[in-house]
Amino acid sequence: MDDERTRILVVDDEEIVRESLGGWLEKDGFLVESVAEGKVAVERLEAGRWSVLLTDLKMPGMDGLQLLEEARKRQPELVVVLMTAYATIDTAVSAMKLGAYDYLVKPFDPEELSLMMQKIVSRQALVRENAALRKALKREYGFHDLVSKSPAMQQVFELARAAARSNSTILVLGESGSGKEVMARAIHAESPRAQGPFVAVSCAALTESLLESELFGHEKGSFTGASSRKIGKFEAANGGTLFLDEIGDISPKLQLDLLRVLEDRRFHRVGGTEPIAVDVRIVAATNRDLRRAVAEGRFREDLLYRLNVIVLQLPPLRERKEDIPLLVEHFLDVLGMEMQRRVEGVASDAMATLMAHGWPGNVRELRNVLERGMVVAQSGAIQARDLGLPPVEAGGGSAAGGAPGGVPPTLEEMEKRHIAEVLAHTGGNVSQAARLLGIDRVTLYNKIRKYQLRRAEDDGQQRSG
Amino acid sequence: MRGSVQLWWIGDQEESERMLEHVRSHLVRAFRTEVGILRDPRRPADSWDPRRRQHSSKKILSFLLEAGPPPPARVLGVTDRDLFIPILTFVFGEAQLGGRAAVVSTARLDDGVPVSPRVLWERVATECVHEVGHTYGLLHCSTERCAMGRSPSVRDVDAKRGLLCRDCLARLGG
Repeated sequence: MDDERTRILVVDDEEIVRESLGGWLEKDGFLVESVAEGKVAVERLEAGRWSVLLTDLKMPGMDGLQLLEEARKRQPELVVVLMTAYATIDTAVSAMKLGAYDYLVKPFDPEELSLMMQKIVSRQALVRENAALRKALKREYGFHDLVSKSPAMQQVFELARAAARSNSTILVLGESGSGKEVMARAIHAESPRAQGPFVAVSCAALTESLLESELFGHEKGSFTGASSRKIGKFEAANGGTLFLDEIGDISPKLQLDLLRVLEDRRFHRVGGTEPIAVDVRIVAATNRDLRRAVAEGRFREDLLYRLNVIVLQLPPLRERKEDIPLLVEHFLDVLGMEMQRRVEGVASDAMATLMAHGWPGNVRELRNVLERGMVVAQSGAIQARDLGLPPVEAGGGSAAGGAPGGVPPTLEEMEKRHIAEVLAHTGGNVSQAARLLGIDRVTLYNKIRKYQLRRAEDDGQQRSG
Repeated sequence: MRGSVQLWWIGDQEESERMLEHVRSHLVRAFRTEVGILRDPRRPADSWDPRRRQHSSKKILSFLLEAGPPPPARVLGVTDRDLFIPILTFVFGEAQLGGRAAVVSTARLDDGVPVSPRVLWERVATECVHEVGHTYGLLHCSTERCAMGRSPSVRDVDAKRGLLCRDCLARLGG
C-alpha cells in the first residue's frame, strides 16, 4: 500500500543536524530520509517522488544552491527550503531566484519551523486538489491539447473524435492561430495511426518546386543541386498522418499532383520513374475561403471535394470568449512546465483585459500574451500591466472594442485599431508585433498595407525628411 | 496494563512535590499505567553546551537511559534546565519515538511571565503526557486539545489538555 505521508528529504553534512531534524519531523508524521551529501540527494531525487527538500546551504562538494538547481530540473514541483547558519540577503535572493520556497536560519525557532511545515502541507494539499480539478476539467472539456467548453467547439471535438477513428481525409478550417495544427495532432493521437509518424508541412512557406521536392522527394540528379536521393514528406509519413497546412496557397500544378496522390495513393519522386505507394492519412488546413477560391478559379474544385470529406471548422477565439479562463489555466500549466516558472494565476484586472481583447491572432496570440505575462510578472500572479495589451476602458470594453454605447465597430475596424496599437506598443517592430498578434510577418505586412498603417519608423522618416 | 513509567526530577533547584504529583496523576489517567516517582540525587553531568548556553536534551536522554530504571520501564525526566536540540533554538521536551526515555523542561513554560504554580504545573503535565506519548509511538495529532498536538509555543500548550484524544487512545490500544 502507498504511504500517503509527506515525504521529506533532509540534506546536511552534520549528522547531529540530520538526526535532530529528522526526529522532529518524524514526530510530526512526515516520512523523512536524511542524507549527508548533495550528490546522494540527487540520486534519491531520481529514485522517487519527494514533497519537500530541506537542504543545508554550505556543504562540501555540491552545495545547497547547486542541489536546488539540480532538484528543480528533476522535480519542478518540489518545495525546497534552504538551511543556513548565516543568513545574508545575497543568499536569500539567490535562493529565491533559483526557486527556493524559503530559507531558515539555524537554529530555527520551533514555532517558525512548525508554521512553515504546516504552510507547505496545506499548499501541497491545494496543489493536489487543483491538479485533480484541472484533470477533471480537461477530461470534460478537452481533446488532447485543445480545451474548450463552448458548444461550437464541443461539437467539433465530437466530430474530430469520430473522424479520427476513420481513415478519411480531413479539412480543418479556421483563422490563423485558431489551433489547426494542434487539432491535426490531436486527430493523429486519437487515431489507430497514433504509433506512426506525424509529419507537418507548411505549404505557404515554400516555392512551387521546393514544395514539390519537399512533398514527393527527388532522385539524385533530377535537378541542379539534387546531389542525392531525398525522401519526401509523403514517404516520411507512411503509416501515419501528413498534415498539409495552408493548403489554399499551393500552385495549380501541385494541386493536380496532390489530387492524383489522393486518388491513387501513389506518386513519383521528382525525377523518378517508379511509382511509390504510401499509406498516409491526410489532414489539410487553411485559413482561406476555398469555395471562393474555387469560384475565382484559383483552386481546383475536384481537389476541394477530395479534401473536404470531413470538415472541422474551428471558431475564432472572439466567438468563444467563455473559453478564455479555461485556456488561461491550460496555458499557465503548459508554459509553467516549459519555462520552469510558476505563477499563481492571473489577477482579476488581467482577466478583465483578456476577456475584453479582440484576439485577432486567436489562441496562439493568447498563448503568446500569457508567455509574455509569465516572463514579466513580478509578483505571484500576472497583472494586467504584464500582458502588454490595451487597457480595459471604463465601459468594460478594451480600447479596441469601440465606444461604449455607440455603434459597435466592424471587425475590420477593430482589427485595424488593434494592429495599430500593437505596432505602437512594439515601437514599429513588425516581427515583435507579429509574434504578439500570433500571425506571421507576411500576414502582418499585408494587413499594414491593407489598412494603410504606418509604422513608427515610417513616421520618424517622414518627420525627419 | 502498559509498562510502568518512572518520573524523575533531574533539575538544579529543589523539586516541587506537588508538581510531580500533578504530573503523575495526569500520566496515570492518560496511559492507565503505573507511574512511580524516582528519588535519586544524580543529575546529568555533561548536558551543558557552553556555546548554546543551554542543555542538550539528547545528552539528558542518554543519561536517563543509563542511570534510570531497567527495561521495560520508561523514564521521564523533569528538569528546570533550558533544553535544546541542535536544529532548534529550544525545546519544551524531547522523547525517543517508540523508545524508553523522555524529558520535559519547565524553563520556558512560564513564557517569561510570572504565572501561578497551578498554571505552570498544568503546562508541565500536558507536555509530560505529550513526550511520554511519543515513547509509546504516538505522533503529533491534529485533534483539537489533544495532548499529542504539536506545541511549539506556550500558547499552543495552553490550547491543549493533558489528555489523549480518542484516536490516540485507540492507537495506544493497537
